Amino acid sequence: MGLAKRIIPCLDVDNGRVVKGVNFVGIRDAGDPVEIARRYNEQGADEITFLDITASHEDRDTTVHTVEQIAEQVFIPLTVGGGIRSLQDIRAMLNAGADKVSINTAAIHNPELVREASERFGAQCIVVAIDAKRVADVDGQPRWEIFTHGGRKPTGIDAVAWAVKMAQLGAGEILLTSMDRDGTRNGFELGVTRAITDAVDIPVIASGGVGNLQHLADGILLGGADAVLAASIFHFGEFTVPQAKAYLAAQGIEVRV
Amino acid sequence: MSGTVAVIDYGMGNLHSVASALAHVGADKVVVTHDAAQIRAADRVVFPGVGAIRDCMAEIRRLHCDELLQLALTEQRKPVLAICVGMQALLDSSEENGGVPCLGIIPGTVRHFGHPLLDADGSRLKVPHMGWNRVHKVSDHPLWNGIADGTRFYFVHSYYATVEDRALVTGTVDYGVSADAALARDNLFATQFHPEKSHTAGLQLLRNFLHWNPAC
Repeated sequence: MGLAKRIIPCLDVDNGRVVKGVNFVGIRDAGDPVEIARRYNEQGADEITFLDITASHEDRDTTVHTVEQIAEQVFIPLTVGGGIRSLQDIRAMLNAGADKVSINTAAIHNPELVREASERFGAQCIVVAIDAKRVADVDGQPRWEIFTHGGRKPTGIDAVAWAVKMAQLGAGEILLTSMDRDGTRNGFELGVTRAITDAVDIPVIASGGVGNLQHLADGILLGGADAVLAASIFHFGEFTVPQAKAYLAAQGIEVRV
Repeated sequence: MSGTVAVIDYGMGNLHSVASALAHVGADKVVVTHDAAQIRAADRVVFPGVGAIRDCMAEIRRLHCDELLQLALTEQRKPVLAICVGMQALLDSSEENGGVPCLGIIPGTVRHFGHPLLDADGSRLKVPHMGWNRVHKVSDHPLWNGIADGTRFYFVHSYYATVEDRALVTGTVDYGVSADAALARDNLFATQFHPEKSHTAGLQLLRNFLHWNPAC
């Protein structure tokens, strides 16, 4: 096995500024996504995910401009998500320099968008983001549902079945976030991670809840994830990407060094 | 001096990254274009590719990029770098989209990795092949200068190339099968991986391309 497990820092960006704070030593502007992306690139991050949480879609030009600037300076893959609703939105982000786009709510409203996007742009650049939350067990088996609106609104859709459907429609990758764990620093929800990685043939990125380096290892070794995404443990300078990779390598996980 | 590098634009997505990376490693001038005059006048040509092969081939032919590529390769004999779907398009045909005839510049075929795809130890491998994998150098080439055997490059593809003339293969990658990762013939070099997304190793390969003067 030669393919490395990927470590993906995530930037949450509102109106062109990184939110949730970043606290790198010596960084000039802690809110500048371009400078932060460049820093992660230098650290050896395997990819960068840029999540646009700008509420108003009139301000999309800011996002496009930021993506362009990152793509001019960062020579690792860049995924852009948040508010992607149409083939035009996808084209705009790809033209700006994104390698992949992440589709979340729009896929729920219009699953055909995933098929059309995959046929037009190729499966390799279509990531479907799934926000899952544990709900009542069914016949003693755990069950997770898709939630929208930051985990507040249930959809009734089974998360594992949804992942399978998205893969069939042409998604190239799943970005799975546990809404139960997001922001808790208690580690990934390994049950849903394992259930989805087992159910689909496409790569799965685990997200939501990372508080230490063992959580990253657990996501890969126990959850079966192909990549792990984290924000705060890197942003606040607690751990660097090389420290995370050394930690994973010591557990026998193949990483790019 | 690299001179002018023309990145052939047949309207299939992200060429920004290729152009930025070439500029970053010191290209004198980069033009992203399908204009015949500009491509003919360029000193070097990059033939990228992103997306599904059927639409790529349709656009390549519609915009006569196939003719311009042939001109650069065989008449002008300029250095040409083909990337990802750009490399796959050079072969005879691809299984993607139900089977698509390609340019036939290099005899060979492009096949799906298959479901399920299994590793040597029987574990399941995900498709697309997405991420950083080791490239095994099969032969020396100026574009490998400063790049160690086994260096990781960024791949993202569900279909893989196998050329008939194995002497043209200069790099391979293992992912359930042994896939051709890099091809070289005369003034042509082609990679399945994305050098423009492969951090320092990828930038080194692009720098090597800018300094490459194939003896023709």
